[in-house]
Parts: sequence; structure tokens; C-alpha cells
Amino acid sequence: MEAPVIQIQDVTKVYHMGEVEVHALRGISLEVQPGEIMAIMGPSGSGKSTLMNVIGCLDQPTSGSYFMEGVDVGGLDDDQLADIRKRKIGFVFQTFNLLARTNAFENVTLPLIYAGVPRAERHTRARAALGAVGLAGRMAHQPTELSGGEQQRVAIARALINNPSIILADEPTGNLDSKSGAEVMALLLRLNRQQGITVVLVSHDPNIARSTSRIVHLSDGQVSGEEIVPQPVEVGE
Amino acid sequence: MLEATRLAWRALMANKLRAGLTMLGIIIGVGAVITLMSVGDGVQAYITDQFRSIGANLLIVFPGSVQDPMAGMASLISDKAALLTVGDAEALADRARVPDLVAVAPQLTRFGRVSVGRDETLTQVSGVTPEFMQVRTWYPVVGEFIGTQDMEGRSRVVVLGQTVVKDLFADNPYPLGETVKINNIAFRVVGVMEEKGGATAFSDQDDMVFVPLTTAQTRLFPSRTLAGERGVSTIMGQAVSDERIDAVKEQISTVLRERHDIAFRDEDDFSIISQAGLIDVFGQIMDVITIFLGSIAAVSLVVGGIGIMNIMLVSVTERTREIGLRKAVGARRRDILQQFLIEAVALAILGGVVGTGVGAAGAATVTYLIGEFEAKLSADAVLLATTVSALVGLASGLYPAWRAARLNPIDALRYE
Ligand SMILES: Nc1ncnc2c1ncn2[C@@H]1O[C@H](COP(=O)(O)OP(=O)(O)OP(=O)(O)O)[C@@H](O)[C@H]1O
Ligand SMILES: [Mg+2]
Repeated sequence: MEAPVIQIQDVTKVYHMGEVEVHALRGISLEVQPGEIMAIMGPSGSGKSTLMNVIGCLDQPTSGSYFMEGVDVGGLDDDQLADIRKRKIGFVFQTFNLLARTNAFENVTLPLIYAGVPRAERHTRARAALGAVGLAGRMAHQPTELSGGEQQRVAIARALINNPSIILADEPTGNLDSKSGAEVMALLLRLNRQQGITVVLVSHDPNIARSTSRIVHLSDGQVSGEEIVPQPVEVGE
Repeated sequence: MLEATRLAWRALMANKLRAGLTMLGIIIGVGAVITLMSVGDGVQAYITDQFRSIGANLLIVFPGSVQDPMAGMASLISDKAALLTVGDAEALADRARVPDLVAVAPQLTRFGRVSVGRDETLTQVSGVTPEFMQVRTWYPVVGEFIGTQDMEGRSRVVVLGQTVVKDLFADNPYPLGETVKINNIAFRVVGVMEEKGGATAFSDQDDMVFVPLTTAQTRLFPSRTLAGERGVSTIMGQAVSDERIDAVKEQISTVLRERHDIAFRDEDDFSIISQAGLIDVFGQIMDVITIFLGSIAAVSLVVGGIGIMNIMLVSVTERTREIGLRKAVGARRRDILQQFLIEAVALAILGGVVGTGVGAAGAATVTYLIGEFEAKLSADAVLLATTVSALVGLASGLYPAWRAARLNPIDALRYE
């Protein structure tokens, strides 16, 4: 059997705010298998984003272990973490985080620049990635010339472009109306189903969460429950 | 690297006015440095040229020691301290004692009033011997120079310099046979010297007239030393060759010390300078001045660097989210460091290039305004200025870039 994409054990995260210690994660264990699509739910402040940051190697846990595809991620230095982010992880943010005054093509190819991919190949891959999110004709558009849903799809194309092991989406539909939200979600589901990309997403919306096959509930920095969705809700594209 | 350069270019282009104003400091600094260095080089080349025109392998003996230059100076303008004599000149002309000197030309020079009718000019009146021509490699264009017979006869004949001709004979460039008065004594014009060199702020070699040394000593500026000898103001000599200059100095010194009864330990009461020595000393002085002015100008380069650092710090703060995103998609510290460093260096180099243009224009303007010499844009100055501005960019970009590089990706992404 393949190693789990994500395997975390007893992970804690403590923020120090001067005198006060904030326990954002209090011992979380979690496994995500290749090809899975999973949602994390929980009240505000329960530690969802903190957990996503740890999974995404943007942040190091205070304690606990983290193996990604069998590789121990704990104790890697800054540059090694950057390397993992570059090769294995695609991020989708609630606020899109596209570079302003930069067209879709260049936004999408940003990870390739740091991966040292030559320009010609960047072109073909950007075309493919933007095609996959249904924006093949928008290469030259700047973020301000795109709708919210389109911007998020550009961001998904950017997350896809390095063929990552996993896409992490922290409230990807949080800033979208329900229609574009449904479109973005349908896109993630299709990528998971058709290309077998592992997806972990955070959502407050039960409809969104129920369209995945597994939901992990967090509360107060701990896993408070886990459910398998027997019949995922269909979201229309 | 190429990508990073493209990126830096775009960042600069996104804010052209800001980039331009930031570069201004560097532009002014580099421009000033280059203008000053070019003008300095130009002046130096020009003066060196002027010294060369004095004559090849030339040595000049002045009265007064180097330690007491004022005494020597005094003898140049008054009769009181005539420390060099015709006898000294004759001794130096003795090939047995001073074998490396091919010609010796004593000279007695004072200011005098030269007039034709009502027109009068104050100029240098120089009593010379026929050897003067050879030593200075300076000849008349028309007529003749002072001859041996003129010397023996103490003749009242004069050879005019070009400036004097222009001043007194506006419509007759060859006033041979005319009469001029020098300090109210009538002289006949027997020759006109060729033009020696343009007028400078320092001296006009053509503003001069020549009479026989003997005439000058007896009729114009009569004076004798304590010993009763006829004085001269300087003795010029021509060495056989460049390489023998030091040897000649040695020989002259020996002869003059003996003639002047100078005790073994005492200082010389005369000084010997050579054309090469003059050029050397002058070059050193110019170097000091150029470096001094250059360092003042360089201060504005430092100010320009501070401007770049300031703008880069602002830019890093403004682009915190961008930096966070870049790191999130896999940029390493060194990628971010490189991006901001290249941006700072590009600003500085661009400023350096424009500043070089400004400096070249400044040098050209100075050349145009003064007209006497050419302020050449030296490759050294350009190289120095661009290197220095690149270094300034590097130095001032380092800290902001380092701050950007070590930003934590999540904090940066969350930055408002
Ligand atoms: N950088 C930080 N410094 C200090 N405390 C932090 C920091 N980031 C998060 N926290 C705290 O950790 C806890 C978990 O925060 P987190 O952002 O993970 O919550 P969340 O579940 O994503 O909430 P939301 O649904 O509102 O996005 C909160 O109490 C928060 O205040
Ligand atoms: Mg959150």
C-alpha cells in the first residue's frame, strides 16, 4: 500500500503572545490517503487554518510528528520546507492571493519560476492548467479584469501547475457567492475524481463539506469527530 | 537570474516616478564625480602640454633654496637679491665641468613698459643670449633673434612676442624696423617670435619681449651683486637627454656650490627644476585636488544610496503579501533576497548610467565654456562611477532584501 499523503501524530501548536500562550492545536492526529478528498469543519478559532498551515509546511508544529508521503517533515529548515511546498503542495487561499498588475499566465507560472522550469515549458503547462480550470482564453487577463470565481480558478490553476501531491484549500469559497462557490467546488471535485489529486479543504458551508467523502470536525484545537459521507452531495458546475 | 532581472525591471516600471526620483541621488552623484574627474584630467593634460612647450630636456636654475623660496621669488622681481650671475652661467657653459649640458641660457627678466607712440603695454622684458632659441626651441617667424653682435654691442634691438605685436601694432603683424620704447629708451624691432601657446589663466608666453642680456643689464635694469658681478634672474639649460637630467642637476649643483662658497653642511642657495619635475609635481597637486573634489561628490553617492535603501524598505513593506505568496509557492530565502537585491542594484546602475551621461554632458559643457582644454570623459571615471554605484546599490539593497527574505510566509500572507 502507498504511504499516506499526510500522516500527523499528536501535533500541537502554541502561539506566544507576550505573556499569554495560545494553544491553537492540542494534539491532533490525522491521516489522508492518496486520492482522498476531505473537508475540515469547525467553529471560528478552532484551529483549522493553523492545521492547514502545518499540513502545508508553511508553519512548523510545536510538537508532534508529521510525515508527508513517508518523509519526515519535522526538523527541515526553511529552504527545505520551501522545496516541499514547491514540489508537493498546491495552495488555494480564501482571498485568492493573486499578484496584482500581473496577468493570469504569469500568476499561474509563478511556482514554475522557482522550480527553474524553462519558459517554453512554462507556456505549455500554463495553457494546460488554465484549460483544466476552464480559463484557457484568459491568459492575458489581470486579476482586476476577472470575476471572483475566475480569480479563484486562476489560483487553483496555480496550485495545480506543479503536479502536487496535494491541494490545500482554506475556505476556497469563503469569498464567493454561492454560484461561483459551487463552480469552484465542482472544479476541485472534478480534479480529484478525474486526475486523482488529493484535496484537503476547509469550509464553513455544510453543503460544500458534504460534497466530499470525509469530514473532520475540529473544536478548540482538537478533533471532535469524524464522519464518512456515504453519498456525497452533487454540486453543479 | 534572468527571471529575477525581468521581475526587477517590472517592479521599477510599475512605479516610474518613484524609481526616477530614487535614482536622482545616484545620477547627481555619478554626474558630479565624472564631471570633476574629467575636468581634472583635462586640466592636467592641458597644463602638462603647456610645460612640454617650454622646451625639451629643459632645466631652470632659480636663485634661492627650496627651503626659502621667498628669497628666490624676491630676486625675480627686484634687483636686491641677485644671487645668480653671468659668471655662474659661464661656469655652467664649461663643457669640461658640466659635460651633460648642451646649451646654457642666462636670462634677466623684469616687467617693463613697452610703448609705441601713445600705445603702451606692461609686459615682461627679458634680457637673453642667442642660446635662448635653442634651449627653448622657440624661434622668430620673421626677422632675427638676438645675435652675438647684439650682445657684444649692447645694442638697443628688440624681438617682440606675438601678444605684444597685437597690442602695439594692430594692423602690422611684421613691424620690422619700427621703433618701440622700453621704459622710455628707444629700441629697434629686429624680429617677431612665433606664437608659443594660447593664453592661460597662468601665463601668456607670448606676452613678452626679448633684448640682448647685456643691454638689459646695463641700460634697462642695471644692478650688480655685492661682488660687483652682473646678476641674472634665471639660468636655463638644455640637457643632452632625458636620462641625463639627474646627472646634470648633480653637475650644476657641484659647480654652483663651489662658486657660491657654500659650506659642506649648508643648504643650496639656488634651486634646479626640470620640466619633468614640474610635470610631476603639478600632476601630484592635480591628483590631490581631483581626489578631494571627487570625494565631496562621492558624498552625494552615499546620500543616493540612502535614498535607495529607504525606497527599498518601503517597497518591502508594501509587498509583504506578495513576498508571503512567493514563499508559499516555493520561493526560498535566496530567491527573495536576489529579487530585491537586483532591484536595488538595477536602480543604482541605471542611475549610474544616466549619471554618466549627465557627467559627460557636464564635461562637454565645461569644455565648451572654457574652450582652452578638453575635459575628456575618461574610461577610468566611467568604470569607477558605475562600479561604485553598483556597490552602493548592493550595500543599500542588502538590508531591505534581507528583511524581505526572512519574512515568515504565514505572517506575510496575513499582513494588511
Ligand atoms: N499568528 C498567531 N499568533 C497568535 N495566535 C494565533 C495566531 N494565529 C492563530 N492564532 C490563534 O489560534 C487559534 C486558531 O486560529 P485559526 O486561525 O487556526 O482558527 P480558524 O479555525 O482558522 O478560524 P476561522 O474559521 O475564523 O478562520 C485562534 O484562537 C487564534 O487566535
Ligand atoms: Mg481560518
